[in-house]
Parts: sequence; C-alpha cells; structure tokens
Amino acid sequence: MDYSQFLSMHAELSLLAVILILFVADLFMCPDKKSGKGVYNTCLPAVLLLVHIVLNLLPCASCGTTESFTAFGGMYVHTPMMTVVKSILSVGTLIVFLMAHKWLSREENLVKQGEFYLLTLFTLLGMFFMISAGHFLMFFIGLELASVPMAAVVAFDKKRYESAEASAKFILLALFSAALMLYGMSLLYGATGTLYLEPMGQALAANSWTPLTVAGLALIISGLGFKISLVPFHLWTADTYQGAPTVVTGYLSVISKGAAAFALFTILVKVFGATSYVEMWNEIFFWLIVLSITLANLFAIRQQNLKRFMAFSAISQAGYLVLGLMDGSAQGMTALVFYLFVYMAANLGAFAVMSSVEENSGKINICDYNGLYKTNPKLAFLMTLCLFSLAGIPPFAGFFSKFFIFMAAFKGGHVLLVFIALVNTVVSLYYYLLLVKAMYIQPNESPIATFRSDNYTRLALALCTAGVIFLGIASIVYNYIDALSYGLL
Amino acid sequence: MENILYLSTFVFIPLVMLLGLWLAKNVNQVRGVMVAGSTALLALAIHLTARFLGDRAAGETAEMLYTGAVSWFEPLNICYSVGVDGISVAMILLSAIIVFTGTFASWQLKPLTKEYFLWFTLLSMGVFGFFISIDMFAMFMFYEIALIPMYLLIGVWGSGKKEYSAMKLTLMLMGGSAFLMCGIFGIYFDAGASTMNILDIAKHGVALDNQYLWFPMTFVGFGVLGALFPFHTWSPDGHASAPTAVSMLHAGVLMKLGGYGCFRIAMYLMPQAAHELGWIFLILTGISVVYGAFSACVQTDLKYINAYSSVSHCGLVLFAILMMNETACTGAVLQMLSHGLMTALFFALIGFIYGRTHTRDIRELSGLMRIMPFLSVCYVIAGLANLGLPGLSGFVAEMTIFVGSFENTGTFYTTLTIIACTSIVVTAVYILRLVGKILYGTCTNEHHLHLTDATWDERFSVICLIACVAGLGIAPLWVSNLIGDGVAPIINQLDKFIVLNPFM
Repeated sequence: MDYSQFLSMHAELSLLAVILILFVADLFMCPDKKSGKGVYNTCLPAVLLLVHIVLNLLPCASCGTTESFTAFGGMYVHTPMMTVVKSILSVGTLIVFLMAHKWLSREENLVKQGEFYLLTLFTLLGMFFMISAGHFLMFFIGLELASVPMAAVVAFDKKRYESAEASAKFILLALFSAALMLYGMSLLYGATGTLYLEPMGQALAANSWTPLTVAGLALIISGLGFKISLVPFHLWTADTYQGAPTVVTGYLSVISKGAAAFALFTILVKVFGATSYVEMWNEIFFWLIVLSITLANLFAIRQQNLKRFMAFSAISQAGYLVLGLMDGSAQGMTALVFYLFVYMAANLGAFAVMSSVEENSGKINICDYNGLYKTNPKLAFLMTLCLFSLAGIPPFAGFFSKFFIFMAAFKGGHVLLVFIALVNTVVSLYYYLLLVKAMYIQPNESPIATFRSDNYTRLALALCTAGVIFLGIASIVYNYIDALSYGLL
Repeated sequence: MENILYLSTFVFIPLVMLLGLWLAKNVNQVRGVMVAGSTALLALAIHLTARFLGDRAAGETAEMLYTGAVSWFEPLNICYSVGVDGISVAMILLSAIIVFTGTFASWQLKPLTKEYFLWFTLLSMGVFGFFISIDMFAMFMFYEIALIPMYLLIGVWGSGKKEYSAMKLTLMLMGGSAFLMCGIFGIYFDAGASTMNILDIAKHGVALDNQYLWFPMTFVGFGVLGALFPFHTWSPDGHASAPTAVSMLHAGVLMKLGGYGCFRIAMYLMPQAAHELGWIFLILTGISVVYGAFSACVQTDLKYINAYSSVSHCGLVLFAILMMNETACTGAVLQMLSHGLMTALFFALIGFIYGRTHTRDIRELSGLMRIMPFLSVCYVIAGLANLGLPGLSGFVAEMTIFVGSFENTGTFYTTLTIIACTSIVVTAVYILRLVGKILYGTCTNEHHLHLTDATWDERFSVICLIACVAGLGIAPLWVSNLIGDGVAPIINQLDKFIVLNPFM
C-alpha cells in the first residue's frame, strides 16, 4: 500500500487534524463560566480553520493544474475544482463560527460550545467526503456524517421547544431521504453490478435506459433534493430553519445545501452522463426548478418570521443554484460554484445581521425590523447590501452570479426555464424589498435599540460585505473557477 | 487604454463622490462633495462634447469614437467596452446638466441628506455608465444600477403614497429588465456567442427567425422605462411621489435610457424584426402620445399632470425612432434632450412650489404670480417649452419629429402622424389652463399670501435649465449636427432591409 495516496486527501486530513486538536483542547480549555471569556472562545476554532483553509487553498492555487487523481482504488477522487468547493465551504463555516460567538457566549451554551464546533466540523468533514466520493458507499458515509451531527446542532438550544422540534423534523426527513438514496443506489447496483461512480456511468452509457435505471436516477435526485431542499422535497425546510438556532440556520442554508448541490452535480455527470439520461434529468430539473422558485417565492411573501422568510428565500435560491445543473456542462459547473460562493457571502451576511439583532434584542420578526435604520444604520445598510445581492441587483455580486447561471442555462437552450426564472427574480425582489422597506421606510415608535455588535460578528460581516461587493466586479474569481471546471468532467 | 480611462472618468467621478459622501461628517461636507463632483462631471461632459465635435470636424468618421475594451469575464466574452457617438455624447451632456442642477434643487433636502446623495450619486453613476458602454453586459449592469436606487429615493424621501409608488416603479422596471436580460442572452447566442460588443454584433447580425422573439423582448424591456403604453403606469405614480431632484433625474435622464436602449440595442441589432414588427409598437407609442396628453388634462395634481405629459412626450421619442428615417430619429434624440431639460425644469419648479405651499392640488392653488413671481415666470417658460413654442426646445424637437414622420409615405404612417400631432393641441390645452389657474387670478388661499420667492440655490438651478432649454431652442443646429452622425449609421443599418410592414 502506498501511503502517499493519503496525501491526496490533504483537505480532509487537515480538517480532521483541526477536529482532533479541538477535541483535545476541549478537555483543557473549559472557559470561565462567570466572565464567559477564554482563549478557547471562538478564537481557537477560527484560527485553526483559517490555517486549514490556507493549507488547503494554497497548493491548489499555486499549482493551477486541472489534473485530477484518485486514491484507494477509486474510492476517493480529487480534482482542483473540488478543492475550490471545499475551500468555499470552509470559508463559510469560518464565517458561521465568527457569527456564532455571541450566541455561544450565552450562559447555557458556554459549557457546550466545544460540542458546537466539533459537531459542525464533523458535518463539514462529511461533506468533504461526499464531494470527493468515487464510490457510492463512500458517498453514503459522507452523507450520513453530514446529516446526523447536524441534527444535534439543530437541537442545540435544548431549552427551546422549537429547536427540538426542528431537530426531530430534520433527522426524520434526513433519514427518509437517505433511505430513498440507498434504494436508488441498490437499484443502480442491480442494473450495473458496480458501486463505483465512473464504471457505473460507463455501464449505463453502454446500454439504453431501463425502468430500473430511471428509477435509480429519480431516487437519487429526490434523495439529494431533500438536502438541497428543492420543492417538493422542501417540507422540512421552513420548520427546521425557523426552529434551529439562527447561526445554525445560516449554516444549513448555505453550507449543507451547497455541498449537496455540488455532489449531485458530480454524481449526475459521472453516472448519468449519457445523452439519453441527460435529457431525462433535464426534464426532471425543469419541473423541480420551476416549482422551487415559484412556490418558494410565493410563500416567502407571506412570512412574518424572518428565519422562515429566509427559509423560503433559500429554497428559491436553491432553485437558481440548480439551474447550473442543466445539461451538466462545464459552464454550468462554473456558474454553479460561483453562484454558491456569492450566495454564501450574501446569505451569511444577512444571517450575521439577523443573529446579531437576535442576540442583542431577542427579536426575529420582520415587523421588529421596522425603523432599524434609525437606530442601527450600519447593520441596516449591510443587510440591504446582502439582500440586494440575493435579489441580483448590480453592482453587487449576486447580479453577476445570477447573470452567469442564467447564461449557462440559456446556452443549453433552456429559454423558457430561464424566462420563468427571470420573471421570478422580480417576485423575489419584491419580498427582499419588503425587508428593506421595513428597515428604512416603515415608521416605528420603538425600534430595536442601538447596540454594538461584538468584534467577531463585525469580522464576519466585513468578510461577507467584501464578498458581496468584490466577488462579482473582480472577475478573477469567476475566471479562476472557470479555468478549473474544464478539467472536472 | 487612454480612451477607456477618459470615458470611464464618468464612472470614476461618481465613485469618488460616493467615497467622499461616505466619509463626509456633516451636511456642508456632503454639499461640498456633491457640488465639486457634479461640477466636475459637467465640465467633463462639456469637454467631451467639444472634443467630439472637434474630432468630427477634423474628419473622424468612425461610427464610435474613443472606443476601447478590456477583457472582463473572458470565458464568457464579456468585456468592459466603451465608446461614444453623437447620441451618447448628447445624452451624457444632458445627464451632467440634470445631475448638476438636481444637486442644487435638493440643496435643502432633509432628513438623511448624506444617504440621499449616496443613492442619488449611485443612480447617476449608473446613468453615465450606461451611456458610455457599448458592451451589452456592461450596459445592462449600469442600467440596473440606475434603477434600484429609485426604490429608496422614492420610498424614504418621497411624498404621498410613496411606498406603493416606489414598489410599483421598481417592480415594473425590474420586470422590464427581466425581459431585457432574456433578450440580451438571445442576441448574444444568436449572433454567434463570440462577443457582447454591440458594434461587432451589428456586423455579425442576429439570426432572422429568432429576431422575432428577441426584438419584442428587448423593445418592451427598454420600453417599460421609456413609458411605452401599456407599461407606463409606474411613471405617474413614481413621479408624483418622488422628491424633486429624483423626479428631475428620473424624467430627465432615466426615461431616456429606455429610448436610447430601444434605439441602440433593439432596433440597431435587429433591423429586420424592427421593420416587420415596428408597426405594433408604433401603434402602442401612438396611444402613449395621445393618451398621455388627454390624461394630463384631467389630473388635479401638478406632478401627475407633468408625469402624464412625460408619458406623452417620451411616447413621442419612441414613436419617432420607430419611423426609422433620419429626420425623425434626429428629432427623437432632440426630443430626448428637450424633454429631459424641460421636464427637469418643470419638476424642479413644482418641487419648489410644493415646498412652500405644501399642496400640489391645482384646485387649491391660485394667483401665485404675485406671491412668487420668479418661480411663476419660470413656470410659464417651462409650460411654453412643453407645448412647443418656437424659440424653445420643444418646438425644435417636435417639429423635426413630425416632419420626419411625414416623410414616410403610406396611409398607415400618415394617419398615425396626424393622430400623434393632435397631442400638440391637447398639450396646449392643459398647459395653458394650468398656468391660468394656478398663476394668474387672485390668491384665494390666505395661507399662501406670506410665502417667499425662490432662494439662491433654487434660482441657480432653474436659471441653468432655462438657459439650456432656450439655447436648444434658439440654436438647434449644432446639436442636430452632433446627433446626426450618430443616427446615420443606425439608419443605414435599418435601411439595409426591405420594409415588410403589412400596412404598406
């Protein structure tokens, strides 16, 4: 056995190292319960994660090759594009950690903040394996590792009834979707006799489709559709997002969704890359996207609770994200990854504002935000930037990512789909503007009192704002991702 | 590269202004930044015009001058390309004048002065960027940059049912841009998917069958902003609720983005479809012209009157470009200039009057001539320009348009032109009645007796605009020369294709 193949897993290994260090540190560095201050407090996980990102990103950025390699007989696949996605997810997790500081400094959370970091990082590790899987077994382990600890994190506010409810809904539906996926995998195994992705793809391409393989395709799409929360697999989303702690909702809405979307892309391209199947999943995604975007937009308009509102917004954003999947083209892949990156910056920025407001005032309804501009102009302004980016307004990054993902889908000839999605951007603009209107225009006699966010949240907000402003205009990010996408397929 | 920097200064100056506003500590600093920035923009616009005229006189015949491109998103063939022709130079000059006078018109605006000017500057950045760009992506980006600040500008600083109007305006315009985006993708992919540059696409041509799809999309997309019937309904509400300078900028410049875009993208790039489908839009614009004028007659709110009058006049712009001959199109650009200036003047004056009387209802206003003679006299001048009195800008523009429209033979065109011409009479009716009602006679409202006349900043902004309106009216020739060489290539492009109008 050649040990050097472990080195190809440097992303996972360094993340594992971070987890282990935190594990050990957790034993020694119990923070002071009274002051709530300790070195451990956010600083250590954040720095470790940063080191991990730097170690993970730099080799990829410096070599710049489009070469991919496999390890352990094809169980594990590694491409530069995957490294990019893993880095994006890690950056997102870092931002989540930063904005979680205040929430974790609550008295009831102080003793268990170590668990939060560990559980979250384990789900991240699961996503890494999910992305890099070359074998369905590996993929399934990654998927489970990404879901089960997540349920514990969702239930983190253990004294809050909704948090437990959210967790129960999450875990039940996650298991259900995992079962669907497993069933799909077993059908495909029956049809092809292998669980390795690429040989399975070759076997499927060699023969024409059968009901068995089509059922496999549908089951795999529905299984991952749960994770991406596409309509009609979205039913858990609103309740879970509302019940989970705000920070965790941010994590759920960006990181797990993004990982699942990318993993779905890889599986579809590798396993169902044959033309007859591409046409089939194009048809499926057409309806999934149209339903997700339209229904989620219509539901979002009526929401009063901001987290629930963001849940529906996230469902509709997932619809846009999945537009990049159409045809499984390289341009679609670039657009999808870029969209994910931009969406991460904007959505986490919005969640950072929300969690900051929630921690300082305990308010989470849209009407509570009335008149926020008068008391907290900076937060309101940053929230507006993030919402504009989510709505796809230039010069913010969201405009570019939306434009590119539409362009990729249009290139494949999906004109009607693009048109429906475009009309829906107007609807989504409406509800994002409702929030802007609440902050800037609605009069309120007792708006949320002026407060100062803690420094960690400020750092998170600064990162997100920088992302929202520069990711689009500075074309280097898109061009870099594009240069890698051709090597993947 | 030098060209890019030169033209991009129009975007950089607002950027620097944004930075300056961000750092400004008090109202005076904000005003300082705004005056410095808008003066610089105006100076640069005048310099550009002079340089452009000089280069043309020196025999420069390229379609676009000062072109340049930097690659932006290379895998998608998106460049940041700039270049101007006569039309865009005229539009840039107009925008600079409106931004300059708009700054003075909102001199006393409160509260949140700094934020107001931030969004105002962002809006003007979008406008300038739109006019200097010749890459569809950059144009579209700047177009949207110019639209979104309107929401906050109207929603926060507006009056009346501002929330409703702001939302309606934003959603309708964004709906238009959804169509537009689809049209842009269509043009890009049907022209070989190798460039977003308008000039290159015009050379390449768009596949004929698909033009029938993309032409209506882009034309309606821009037409929403150009107040094309039946998509004009945002305009009266939006204008009525907007604060003074925003109305000025919006009616004066932003609505021109629509006409300019229709001309530059929809018609220039898809000439066959323009010929074949033009008649549908010609009828719609004909309705805009007449319907706008008649609607203005029955309004009781000063701003609504002017907003409907804008629908009518902007309809005339689109009407003229759809006539597709050189005279009419020159008239269209003249009308954009003229309408921009005189509507800005009108809205400024209405804003000043409203700021004093706190009502815009014409039933409550009367005899203002004695109370505020300066504003009233200016109001009369604006009204006369609006109804097309010779010597002021309106006459020149409308005259050129109708002469050009009559050049098109055929019953269809003649009939439409005659119908559109009636709007001149109707305009005279509502303007003269309005002037008679609110300015002359005796003042019946005792609260209005103690009001004061214009302050220096208001006078300054109004005088600048009147000078421009009169200048355009008295010496239209140099402007039409400026415009002419911009219109000619587009008309040539349109003339390459036979007319297949079913009514011919």
